[in-house]
Amino acid sequence: MATQTLNHADAHHDAAHDEEHHPGLAHHFDNMEQQRDSGTLGMWVFLVTEIMFFGGMFLAYMLFRASNPNEFAAGSYQLDVLLGGINTAVLIGSSLTMALAVFFAQTGNKSLLVLFLLATILLGFVFLGIKAVEYGTKFSHGTIPGRNFKVEHKKMEEYEEHHHGDAAANVDPARLQMFFVIYFMLTGVHALHMIIGIGVMSVLVFFALRNRYSPEYHSHIELAGLYWHFVDIVWIFLFPLLYLIGRH
Amino acid sequence: MSSINSPFDKPFEQPVDSPGGRMRPVPAERNYLNADYSVRSWLLTKDHKRIALLYLFSVSFFFFIGSIYAMLIRLELLTPKGDLVQAATYNKLFTHHGIIMIFLFLIPSIPAILGNFLVPLMIGAKDLAFPKINLLSWYLYMIGAVIVSSAIMIGGVDTGWYFYVPYSSNFSNTYVTLAGLGIFVLGFSSILTGLNFIVTTHTMRAPGMTWFRLPLFIWSHYATSLIMLLGTPVIAITLLLLVFERTFHVGIFDPTIGGDPVLFQHLFWFYSHPAVYIMLLPGMAIISEIIATFSRKNIFGYKFVAFSSIAIAVFGFLVWGHHLFSSSQSVFAGMIFSFISFAVAVPSAIKVFNWTATLFRGSISYDTPMLYALGYIGLFAIGGLTGLFLASLGMDVHLTDTYFVVAHFHYVMVGGTLLAYLGGIHYWWPKITGRLYPEGWGRFSALIVFVGFNLTFFPQFLLGFLGMPRRYHAYPPEYQVLNVLSSAGASILAIGFTIPLIYLLWSLRYGPKATDDPWMATGLEWRTSSPPPTENFVETPIVTWEAYEFAPQETMKVVGKLTPDDKPDRSSYSGN
Repeated sequence: MATQTLNHADAHHDAAHDEEHHPGLAHHFDNMEQQRDSGTLGMWVFLVTEIMFFGGMFLAYMLFRASNPNEFAAGSYQLDVLLGGINTAVLIGSSLTMALAVFFAQTGNKSLLVLFLLATILLGFVFLGIKAVEYGTKFSHGTIPGRNFKVEHKKMEEYEEHHHGDAAANVDPARLQMFFVIYFMLTGVHALHMIIGIGVMSVLVFFALRNRYSPEYHSHIELAGLYWHFVDIVWIFLFPLLYLIGRH
Repeated sequence: MSSINSPFDKPFEQPVDSPGGRMRPVPAERNYLNADYSVRSWLLTKDHKRIALLYLFSVSFFFFIGSIYAMLIRLELLTPKGDLVQAATYNKLFTHHGIIMIFLFLIPSIPAILGNFLVPLMIGAKDLAFPKINLLSWYLYMIGAVIVSSAIMIGGVDTGWYFYVPYSSNFSNTYVTLAGLGIFVLGFSSILTGLNFIVTTHTMRAPGMTWFRLPLFIWSHYATSLIMLLGTPVIAITLLLLVFERTFHVGIFDPTIGGDPVLFQHLFWFYSHPAVYIMLLPGMAIISEIIATFSRKNIFGYKFVAFSSIAIAVFGFLVWGHHLFSSSQSVFAGMIFSFISFAVAVPSAIKVFNWTATLFRGSISYDTPMLYALGYIGLFAIGGLTGLFLASLGMDVHLTDTYFVVAHFHYVMVGGTLLAYLGGIHYWWPKITGRLYPEGWGRFSALIVFVGFNLTFFPQFLLGFLGMPRRYHAYPPEYQVLNVLSSAGASILAIGFTIPLIYLLWSLRYGPKATDDPWMATGLEWRTSSPPPTENFVETPIVTWEAYEFAPQETMKVVGKLTPDDKPDRSSYSGN
């Protein structure tokens, strides 16, 4: 056994010199294809756990909306659908720039890769900025769940006027909180994912500027793209469920 | 330069140190243990085998902490009056016992230690697919463990390990938020381990290692990983909601402002029932390996055992409602959950029957791992079948929240998983450390554990059936005899756990050196040196044989004189 192991150490040493390895190939993979497949599968599996993570909150949303339908409609009416709509467009736009970044990574165009990564980051910040304005409005009106929860009266009156004489106008202000609990949880966790995504992409810009990526080796970009599209899709579900249910 | 395509390429006779040879200087063989001795090389290692050892130290530490809480509980219950601790302290004792044993011991134990060590070895890979993420998972485990421990040290938690609202939301002044955050972090450690196993099993298998040539250990760990991935995020979000509720006083689980306390129970058990299978399936993984090796037979019905693991993982997600039979769930929903809970018994029974059928006409040798495995089959059968009592709607109303439930899940978790874990540690000890443990002491302590375990928990079935509720620090005097028996058993069990700790540590220095394949088992992990080199294999192995391919008994020859200590001879070992 001793000889076998010693030989082995030599063999490994030689192999490292004999074969031309791509510098991006980790030691435990046999080839680039295996490494890329592992990374892609790993990211998909991770996204499945993310679906389960958001799923718990969507379940709470369904349950509370079913038991408080009027309060959810009234709460939704208090959100700014214009800002939400702009944010939806911004996020879809950022998915486009991300897809273009992946394309230019595949074709090996470094400057356009960096440009579109930066564009994605910029759109991400625009989204977060608009979100911050929305949150700020809610804070200034005191529409924050907790002991000091206050209803925004102007919006509330508008809503009741809209549904005058309607069963939907029957809203319990105390239970209106439930909508805002879910709203802040879902959008807050979503925004956290955006911040993480922006952080990841800043690192990718740094690596790309140092010529780390090539048509043979760019799976980081693809994986970040998968993640970014996922965060985008979550918002596509959040927008109608949160902003549009009070507008009919 | 020998390849390891065929086991016969290996020399039959490995040099084994004679007793006098122990004092020789360490041979120059390079392996993962002596590759580098610096602390840095351990704390920043990306080698799955070293990470497994990091887990082994930390998880074992918390096992002993959790055991101390168990001993305090049994000490309090020695007498009917609550004389050792106050009721509030007792609440903390069982909460700490539960949190430590479940989140810090049982869930990471087998997957993170043995799974981490063995999954790449068994499939012929150099490492897990994501070595850095593997190391990150250990650090997340340690961070989570530190947070949970600090919550315990600065005052503790008294809600029970399940954190039911409203105990945990409006009515607890203890450190629920901190403990919840700790478990949140631990959850990510578990998710990353599961993610690594899934990807590794898909992309890192050696040439020729097809899905149905995988050892059943891998199938079970694959199923476990599925549960970790699909279940753990749900407990993460549940605890996050709870932390929100406590921190900002919002009413997610508070009915006075439209929330729902039963929602917590649903979300909690949606993870925590499958989590039972996170703890159980890796144990089954070990038992399948041990039973095949020590009966020298291919496992009976390989595909059935493999798919029953997947079936348990899938069914496991559909039965959480049986924890809510007495919490305002509709009777109709209860009936459906009851039915599906019975259905889980089918894949579990397939495993038990197939292990038993594997024993039939096998060449059984009663080494320590086998003793644990046989104990497992019996105790798991009792634990599983009493689970059916609890899955029956009417019966459960009588038994719910009694010691019957406590006895049931300890038969599954301790009689099942912990015995399998100990069996696995003994079975792969020569591979992990390169040393043999003392067989006589091993068998002796396996026996002590078995006796101590039954004496501890069997009386609890009777206590529960007689109506003694769980989670109380005092009880009517007529229950004392059975409680004294249980506490006596716990002391024996403690001895049974201490003996292996001593002789396993002893064997690190004084144990005889192990050969590459001391059990003459067939898996890939036995076809590399003990302990393995950092890269696991000399060359990437090419697999040309089925799992558990032992030679048919007709072809076996008796070589030499048979003594009770003889291992089966090499002729029962076929690799091609």
